[in-house]
Amino acid sequence: MLKIALALAFALVGGAIALNLWRLITGPSALDRILALDTLYVNAIALLVLLGIHLDSALYFEAALLIAMMGFVGTVALCKYLLRGDIIE
Amino acid sequence: MAEYLLAALILSGGLFTFIGSLGLVRMPDFYTRLHGPTKATTLGVGSLLIASMLHFSTRESGLSFHEVLVTLFLFITAPVSAHLLSKAALHLRLPSSVRLPRLVIETEQNDGQVNRP
Repeated sequence: MLKIALALAFALVGGAIALNLWRLITGPSALDRILALDTLYVNAIALLVLLGIHLDSALYFEAALLIAMMGFVGTVALCKYLLRGDIIE
Repeated sequence: MAEYLLAALILSGGLFTFIGSLGLVRMPDFYTRLHGPTKATTLGVGSLLIASMLHFSTRESGLSFHEVLVTLFLFITAPVSAHLLSKAALHLRLPSSVRLPRLVIETEQNDGQVNRP
């Protein structure tokens, strides 16, 4: 039961990451690409959580936490650059 | 019993994640594209993290609460980054598929497009 649900969820999140990559490549504006990167890191967290359940190890949680923090900082820095022309004023 | 709940949570998490990314690809302009990922992926990742919490609570001795950290962090930072993205989009005057309200257009014509970057 759990194995089937995990396999389906892996496929769904993998498909979501493929869709994000498509938007990252063909996004018409720079902000679309930033939004795609933002979604990409959230989906990477989902994939890591699924991998932690699948392998039955709590080790991947730290990686998910690191990705969450660094992804947010990256998104804010990119938006700030487009908004003000500078990151740290 | 716990296994069925876990499977349902994992499936709904995966589904919401996929629907959010589908919205990112299918929506017509940037402002509508912002809706999909910022709402649905937090819901998807939230239910996946609850599933992980349940799994490690039933597997090991004692409750496992460290997934709350990621959940809390994501739920605080997702609206902030969405707000910054929409602010930058308004600043760059990205085209919208909907016309602006009449009052805004008249004000812009009277001001002679002062705020344009």
